[in-house]
Order: sequence, then C-alpha cells, then structure tokens
Amino acid sequence: MNVSEKTVRGDGTNNSATRNRVSVLVVDDDPTIRTIHKALLSSMGMEVEVASDGQQAVNLHQMGASYNLVFMDMDMPVMDGLQATRKLRAMGIKTMIVGVTSRNFGSDIQDFLQAGLNYCIVKPLTIEKVTPLIGEVIRNM
Amino acid sequence: MLGFGADQLLADMNRLLAFLFHQGVLDEQYLQLQQLQDESSPNFVSEVVNIYFHESEKLLRNLRSLLMDIEFSDYKRMGIHLNQMMGSSSSIGAKRVRNVCVAFRAACDYNNRLGCLRALELLEHEYCYLKNKLHELFQMEQQRILAARVRYPMQN
Repeated sequence: MNVSEKTVRGDGTNNSATRNRVSVLVVDDDPTIRTIHKALLSSMGMEVEVASDGQQAVNLHQMGASYNLVFMDMDMPVMDGLQATRKLRAMGIKTMIVGVTSRNFGSDIQDFLQAGLNYCIVKPLTIEKVTPLIGEVIRNM
Repeated sequence: MLGFGADQLLADMNRLLAFLFHQGVLDEQYLQLQQLQDESSPNFVSEVVNIYFHESEKLLRNLRSLLMDIEFSDYKRMGIHLNQMMGSSSSIGAKRVRNVCVAFRAACDYNNRLGCLRALELLEHEYCYLKNKLHELFQMEQQRILAARVRYPMQN
C-alpha cells in the first residue's frame, strides 16, 4: 500500500482522507528532536502532537487523548521512556509505541523493549525508518 | 552586474557544503533537514540548528561543570547529557560532533575521568568548528537572498 494514499493532508472537510489521517505523539525532552520529528512526520501527512517527558505523555492519555502511534524517547527527566511505556501498557493502551534512542547497546534496547514497546529504533528518525511503521499502523486501522 | 552576486554566493555555499560533507563534519541527515524546508517554513534549517546550538551549549556547560568538580563521580548523569547530545547531533547531521560524543560516552562508561576531560576538550573544539561553519553558511544564505532581490536597471 502507498502510505501517502491514506495520509494525505485533509482540506478541513469531512472526507475519508481527513478521517484516515494517522495521529502521532512524539515524546522527547530535547526541543531539537521534537522540532525535527514533528516536521518530518507532518511532511509525511501525519497529525503530530508533542510531549516533553514521559509524565506528559501519560497525562495526555489519562485525559482521554488517543494516538495511532507514539514515538518514545528513552532518557527523559521527570519520567523516562521505560517508566512511561510501562505505565501506558498498564493503563491498557494498545497503541503502537516505538522507542527512539541514541544508545546502540543491546542490553539497553532490550530493557526498553521489555517495558512494552513494539519496536525500538536508533536516532535519527528518517522517512525510511518511519514508512514501514506507518504502513503497519494503517493496516491495523 | 549585481545580480551575479546571488549566483556567486550560491556557488560558494555549495562549495562550503561539499567541503563540510567531505570533511565528515556533516552527513546526509543535514540534507534531510533541507528537504523539510519549504515555502511554509522557509527558515526551518536555521531555526532548528539554532535550537540545537542553544541546547548543546547548555549540555556542554553541564558536562564541564560536572568534570571540573573535584569530587565528581556522577558518570551516569554525564552519560545522560551525552546521550542527548548524541541524539540531537545525529538528528541535524553533525557527524563529527556525534562521533566525539560516542568516544566520550565510552570513556564515561569506564569511569575514566582523564579520558572524559580529553573528550570534552575535543567535543568543545568540534562543536565550535561546526557552529562557525554553519553560521558562515547561514550568513551566505542571507546575503544570497538580499542579492537576489537586486534588480538590473534595464529590467525596470
């Protein structure tokens, strides 16, 4: 499937392209990363919100927000990615959660995966890394 | 012939960019940033890079402050700062800065204070070099935009 068919920007009217738009939450304490990831994912036609730590991500879900995909940084103040992922899964959140980390050590990534991630990728986020994830999200929508 | 100024500046910019790629200062991730710049966000690259500079300088100050403390032992905290700098550097395509962070991180993992100090000096050097070169690039871009607005008298 061509990802862009279902992630075309809506024109504000009630059409299937708007309804099928993938919503994404980017959770990262680094403003550089938040800015780049938001721009990248928006350029791919997704609706993007950002949170600057794991606690904010949990709060958003507790307030009733829902997303098709969450990109979760590992190291964050207040609440890190592992704790936030465990909490979201304990809340019954079934959304695809993809860990994003600068670390390349197997043990760190294993711990992060075991917290409840679907996948874990190493920064930087690129179109090549994101496209198969979006494809899977759309197939499950 | 003022209009040729814009073309010359563009050529100079491309030469500088090619040089930075050749030296390994930047990698293809910087090109991905440029692809995100469009009419709706015409200054995207410089805005993101300026955020990166602001955050990196905070991290560098924190790293220096940690290492200058005679009783320093918090390698874990230093590792967290380094992870952040690695992530943001790789996301803007700052390849050499990122590579120094990797080496710094290795020294940190072994609790090697002397190694960390040396790595910090190298990191500060690489960061300064990157910042100077990117500022040069952005200044050229601004000058190119101004030069492109100059009309030949005959066109009026």
